Amino acid sequence: MPTPAGTGLSRRSFLLQSAGLALAVYGAGRLSGLPAFEEGIARAQSGRAGTVLVNVFLDGGADSMSILAPTGDPRYRKLRPNLALPGGGRVFAEDHRLTWHPAAAPLATLHGEGKVTVLPAVGYDHPDQSHFVSRHFWEVGTLDPGLRTGWLGRLLDRIGTADNPLQGVSMGGSLGPSLAAARVPVAAVDAPEDFGFWAPGSWGPPGDLAIPAFADVGRALAGARDPAVAQAARAAAFAGGVRAALAPFGKDGEPTYTPRAAYPASSKERFPKRLAGLAAMLGAGLPIRCATLSAPGAWDTHADQASTLTENLTLTASSLYAFQRDLEARGIADRVLTLVWSEFGRRAEENGSGTDHGAAGIGFVIGTRTTGRMVGEFPGLATLDDHGNLRATSDFRGLYASLTADWFGVDPAGVLGGGASVARPKVVR
Amino acid sequence: MSRVPRYRGHFGPDEARRLLWRAGFGPKPGQAEKLAKRGLDAAVHSLTHPRSQRLKGPKPRDEDGRPLAPRDAWSHDHCWWLDRMVRTQAPLVERMTLVWHDWFATSKDSAPTALMLRQNAMLRRHALGSFEQLALAVSRDPAMLLWLNGTDNNKWDVNENYARELMELFTLGAGRGYTERDVRELARALTGWRNDWSEGRGPHDFRFDREFHDRGVKRVHGRRGRFDWRDAVRLNVRHRKHPSFLVNKLWGYFIPTPPPRGTARALERMYIAHDRKVRPLLDAILRHPHLYDPGRRMVKPPVVQAAGMLRAVGRGIDTTAWGWLCDQAGQLLFIPPNVSGWDDSRWLDTATFRARWQMATEICSTAQIDDDVKVSGKADVLVTRAARFWHTPLSRTTRQALERYAAGALRSANADWERETYPRLTENALRMLVAVSPDYLTS
Repeated sequence: MPTPAGTGLSRRSFLLQSAGLALAVYGAGRLSGLPAFEEGIARAQSGRAGTVLVNVFLDGGADSMSILAPTGDPRYRKLRPNLALPGGGRVFAEDHRLTWHPAAAPLATLHGEGKVTVLPAVGYDHPDQSHFVSRHFWEVGTLDPGLRTGWLGRLLDRIGTADNPLQGVSMGGSLGPSLAAARVPVAAVDAPEDFGFWAPGSWGPPGDLAIPAFADVGRALAGARDPAVAQAARAAAFAGGVRAALAPFGKDGEPTYTPRAAYPASSKERFPKRLAGLAAMLGAGLPIRCATLSAPGAWDTHADQASTLTENLTLTASSLYAFQRDLEARGIADRVLTLVWSEFGRRAEENGSGTDHGAAGIGFVIGTRTTGRMVGEFPGLATLDDHGNLRATSDFRGLYASLTADWFGVDPAGVLGGGASVARPKVVR
Repeated sequence: MSRVPRYRGHFGPDEARRLLWRAGFGPKPGQAEKLAKRGLDAAVHSLTHPRSQRLKGPKPRDEDGRPLAPRDAWSHDHCWWLDRMVRTQAPLVERMTLVWHDWFATSKDSAPTALMLRQNAMLRRHALGSFEQLALAVSRDPAMLLWLNGTDNNKWDVNENYARELMELFTLGAGRGYTERDVRELARALTGWRNDWSEGRGPHDFRFDREFHDRGVKRVHGRRGRFDWRDAVRLNVRHRKHPSFLVNKLWGYFIPTPPPRGTARALERMYIAHDRKVRPLLDAILRHPHLYDPGRRMVKPPVVQAAGMLRAVGRGIDTTAWGWLCDQAGQLLFIPPNVSGWDDSRWLDTATFRARWQMATEICSTAQIDDDVKVSGKADVLVTRAARFWHTPLSRTTRQALERYAAGALRSANADWERETYPRLTENALRMLVAVSPDYLTS
């Protein structure tokens, strides 16, 4: 593990060393001193470790009626003649009408330990069945179609700092929309072990100084009025800081950290590796407050649902399980909660081998600090809405408000606007 | 009635360069200067009425010098298309093919590569043509029929996937002039497509089967009829909300701020008057003053930048590294992130910035300055030379920051051999720094 423990260095000097050794040796202090963003991450890291929310998105609209199948509801088999799960599986302890999908067994285990809060029918009033509209609502945290900042971005605008891009990090190839902040920097990291920069045909001081130089150019233009220039400039400026902070996590693109739990192997999907990397980053004390990931696979199962969903759910649930165990082994589980969500659930009635877009869907909050008590009930299949969809028994805005207030200690009114007045369930203990 | 305004300012190499980046894949050396001499109207006309669609230059190869196998090998399809972007003499045709790929975003996650390539050829045929004909062709395209479950949609099991996206993403826009009821009724109109599948051939024999089609009366957009798939397309392409959707979306690929109201209305009228042909709209948009406004820059999409870098240095596809490079930068062709295509508003973050750095590495590593070349020891000269490598101008702010770097790097030389060597190392690094500067990442 690249933790500073035992190296004889404080966290701060440890990070600065990785960033600035070359600068110190070559006397680059004459340039512009140490780059502010590199120092910013180190400074944030030296403070008290804060609570963390990991935000996991099931992209496409996951079928809640397969993940926690209402096998005890007499209408289930009529609506799902091909897709209904057989009874006899692991019963959901809080509502015996529901059965865990076999692939969700790792979540059932964590639930048995009191570490999973289930929202069996989460959504919002007047649900929209467009992927992009509904996902947008969830990402921005309100029902405002025009909002350009994400709910976690606005949270970070309140609790974050102007020089720590890692406070909001997407583990993936691009930035998650929920992290879009108005004021503070955020970052995307595909693989913490592989964030190096190298200039061909350049070495020694000219090569080493070129790396902070791209961030320097970025800083010079970060305040540009043109949004495209500002986006490019900020990406460059923040990348400089992220590179410095991640230097201890890899060598030649290979991880130098060791996961503390057994993650599932996947040749196709990077999800388990990204969670392992995130756990290592958190374990090393990097100043992360919010992280976002996309769960593996496409959950938009209009056809071939049985096999696709099983494959996705197997890898997702076993990866989340390993992540939780990893956090526990590192002794940091008490400051991390994982939120799992999808933009909607699916139509109660199947369309043959799949299901079309629905309304209320499933959500989970995972961690040692969640209450582990179901939020809202399963509404049953007798009271579907006019479109034949499940009705929501909890509102995602109430869930967000609860996490904002009880997990981050921030007044939700400033983050969620009108949504802050939606009834708040208790999910943090 | 207002008309679409035309740019009246100076049309020099900078404006021609902007035009070539927005309507194509950037200039080849000298191309911007040559195009500028022709004037705005002739320059735009040469793009919207290309004389030749032949590809010019050496054929694409993989790193071992072998021809690409776009149907069979991972990312060879991506490199195959990227090569067209590099070698085309009809850049707007290729750029519009990319626009349609994004517009009707289909992924090989659900369709075999051979069918994706077939769709690509279809999109290219319709690149500058009629949107209605294009929408009809897309609606029966095998890759699309697989991707949005068109062949899972039959009168017994109605599948809404294509019906919803046809209205929401392709023709009208989310929540604009249709209801959930319209989605379901339109899905019935679209029933009837099927295909066979076998182990050896995969999906094949895509066809419309009357027995699979729901021949009953449907009610769509307030009209009743025994609608079929052609009606389904026309009901939306001739919907009163369609022209505004098309104009706004098409405009957004070329200009980052929405069209002024009068311009938008004029373009909508033009679209209808020209029987839903796209070429007249392109002629107008590419001559609009906003396209040449220095204050309205756009981030170059990753494949556009990749093709443009190769064009700038006169290199073709000689490695399939462009597959993973563009993938990391956020744009692997034939695999858009979802059915709404790529998000053009968020190309750059810390991860994708690093990917652009790696794209530049791929170019620069084979173009390093030779050891025996004598290089100037002056910071400003080095910066100018690095910018010339990419044929790009630099803003004053960027130039100053780069000169600061170069001066610091040169100053760190103490020994004679360092004073001899560091200018070359600095110029090599400056090429990288220019390539990832906000000036070059945007156009």
